Amino acid sequence: MKQLLLGNHAVARGAYEAGCAFVSSYPGTPSTEVTEYISQFSEVYSEWAPNEKVAMEAALGASIGGARSLTAMKHVGLNVAADPLFTASYTGVNGGMVIVVADDPGMHSSQNEQDSRHYAIGAKLLMLEPSDSKECLEFTKAAFELSEKFDTPVFLRLSTRISHSQSKVELSPWQQVALREYTKNPAKYVMMPGNAKGRHVVVEERQQKLAAWSEYCDLNQITWGDRSIGIITSGAAYQYAKEALPNASFLKLGVVNPLPSRLITEFARQVETLYVIEELDPVIEQHCKALGLAVKGKECFSLLGEYSQRTIAKGILGKEAQSVSLSEPLPVRPPAMCPGCPHRGMFYTLHKMGLTVFGDIGCYTLGATPPLSAMDTTVCMGASISAMHGFQKARGQESAGKSVAVIGDSTFIHSGITGLIDITYNKGISTVIVSDNSITGMTGHQDNPTTGKTITGEPTYQVSIEAVCQAAGVKRVTVVDPNDLPRLEQVLTTELAIAEPSVIITRRPCILLKGVQKHPPYRIDKDQCKGCRACMKLGCPAIVWGADKKAAIDSTLCVGCDLCTQMCAFGAIHPQEEKQA
Amino acid sequence: MSKGKNIMIVGVGGQGTLLASRVLGNLLVEEGWDVKVSEVHGMSQRGGSVVTYVKYGESVASPVIEQGEADYILAFELLEAARFLPYLKTDGTLIASTQKIAPMPVITGASPYPENLEEKIVATGCDAKLLDVLSLAQQAGSPKAANVVLLGVLSKQMDIAQERWLAVLERTVPPKFIELNKKAFALGRAL
Repeated sequence: MKQLLLGNHAVARGAYEAGCAFVSSYPGTPSTEVTEYISQFSEVYSEWAPNEKVAMEAALGASIGGARSLTAMKHVGLNVAADPLFTASYTGVNGGMVIVVADDPGMHSSQNEQDSRHYAIGAKLLMLEPSDSKECLEFTKAAFELSEKFDTPVFLRLSTRISHSQSKVELSPWQQVALREYTKNPAKYVMMPGNAKGRHVVVEERQQKLAAWSEYCDLNQITWGDRSIGIITSGAAYQYAKEALPNASFLKLGVVNPLPSRLITEFARQVETLYVIEELDPVIEQHCKALGLAVKGKECFSLLGEYSQRTIAKGILGKEAQSVSLSEPLPVRPPAMCPGCPHRGMFYTLHKMGLTVFGDIGCYTLGATPPLSAMDTTVCMGASISAMHGFQKARGQESAGKSVAVIGDSTFIHSGITGLIDITYNKGISTVIVSDNSITGMTGHQDNPTTGKTITGEPTYQVSIEAVCQAAGVKRVTVVDPNDLPRLEQVLTTELAIAEPSVIITRRPCILLKGVQKHPPYRIDKDQCKGCRACMKLGCPAIVWGADKKAAIDSTLCVGCDLCTQMCAFGAIHPQEEKQA
Repeated sequence: MSKGKNIMIVGVGGQGTLLASRVLGNLLVEEGWDVKVSEVHGMSQRGGSVVTYVKYGESVASPVIEQGEADYILAFELLEAARFLPYLKTDGTLIASTQKIAPMPVITGASPYPENLEEKIVATGCDAKLLDVLSLAQQAGSPKAANVVLLGVLSKQMDIAQERWLAVLERTVPPKFIELNKKAFALGRAL
């Protein structure tokens, strides 16, 4: 029986059915659900690793040990894992190894729009790209087979739309795959120059074999239709093109590296106008042009963002949509920190103190948005601490008293620790805030080494952020409740004034976390409210400004965190059940 | 794509749009259609404007719905209904809750919540059903059941038996909320 499955779940199901025995990943939208879903299968060992580099190395180790292994990450996670990636191409595998990478065209939840196909080209690896959940499942299974056949890690490239769309799949049972024998083989697995030179030859030979194979494999498919328009495409773009131009001729590529030159040339010869439709960079288009083919690509379609059937209909047919709309501009609705979010009080305080704030990647990046507006930079995982260090060294000691880094608990473990060591080792005097909400929040509540639980919820060793900071050489480590605004400000003032490295851990669990107590909603007494807008400075979605020029609390949203009562100088905000005297 | 329909579910992150799309998606699969459901995860979910696409037909290619392509828009919030109105087919139907949730620019005072939105939506001439869904959800037992009230309203528009809807609903929501959700569905369907 066919059922609806999320693309990411279909990848997980494919890995399970293929007898994958080891999965290690770090969460990252839009890839997270691959590993989350796999963790439900008791036949497969799965784990959250501290970061993508560790995850990929662990997956490679499992593969060398003879197991089928998988690691899943978002596009920018692959940057972190790039070091083992390029050399894993040289070592090859023992058990099949699949690297799932999910791009984010349109940047639904990312800091850039990089195209991970460049990594497949750079590392000389086979890359498959499914276009729906059915293919997610089938291609994942094929990827394990191909990995073992060609002795190479194999990429499975997803995009947000493929990862987070549900479509029909047919399930098959779990297949047990025996652990392959491990034989010591330094020439293959010890990549020092003498051995690596030999392996580079193997990589180039493998490239030739893969290119020859991709010409005839059934993952690439031609569907002949009207030959006046021929379209070469892959992934989500295929589905958009198919909907916009159902009668055109298609070469749908399931293998996006190496590209099948002969097949592409044959297809091009038999159509009048050749289009390449690919999101992000013109990878296929440039390949076609290098083959000397006349092709239309980025001259019709954007380098930016996500495509749709409409952008394609417009690019090829010049067709515009018919629709109704309101004539006036509407206010935007950007994401915001939740009511009761423990990050709010911290960012309010940083804004109030006028500090330069080096931010990081997580829900708390929303601290950059108005009215909190308390962030000066956000670059990548871990960059808060190290960028602040560079900034302070460049601008002198005085700047250290006016700037802080803010990093979450999971991000700190991911890649903040090395930045902290840069500070202590190089005589920095910076103040770092580790905003510990006891979970990896933005990606949807995954456990991490500081939560004391594994991916399956089993209790495990809980890494102490305090102890890590102390071991890195930070003598001044203070833990503060970020909802205690006076104490937070006092601790910040103290630590910024002192000429040595310090860490402030603002500790309060994510309000959405299961088991975190919510309180009855608060209300604002209209007679006591003077309309001073002090509570509005928190940017809490539950506090609204009324037509009567007074604040009001939306009782369906308020969780009674008590932050706003600390803002009100007139005592106008009360717990709902508290009767007025 | 014959006989199929495009349904958009729009609202504010945290309003339960994902549950509505899952009920709808599973139901349509059981009815024998090809179905694609496209969701929003990650950062946008944090109180931002969220949209889910549900498409069904004999064969569905693209998982997304574009401007002028939606047969139905199920809106959980009034401003979001207005925002996504251009996605409605000229002969499509908008089913919207009149609930208002202030977005951050309104909260900070950078811009007002648009006035008379209901009248303005009706004035576009589209087929709009603007309903006090929140009161019905509260009547059913929880404001969180607004999503299921809206499904009840939608169910009257579609050619699928009520028992089929209820069967899927029962399998999708946690056991302790089944009665509440059945009540919410019935209230929506009775509108």
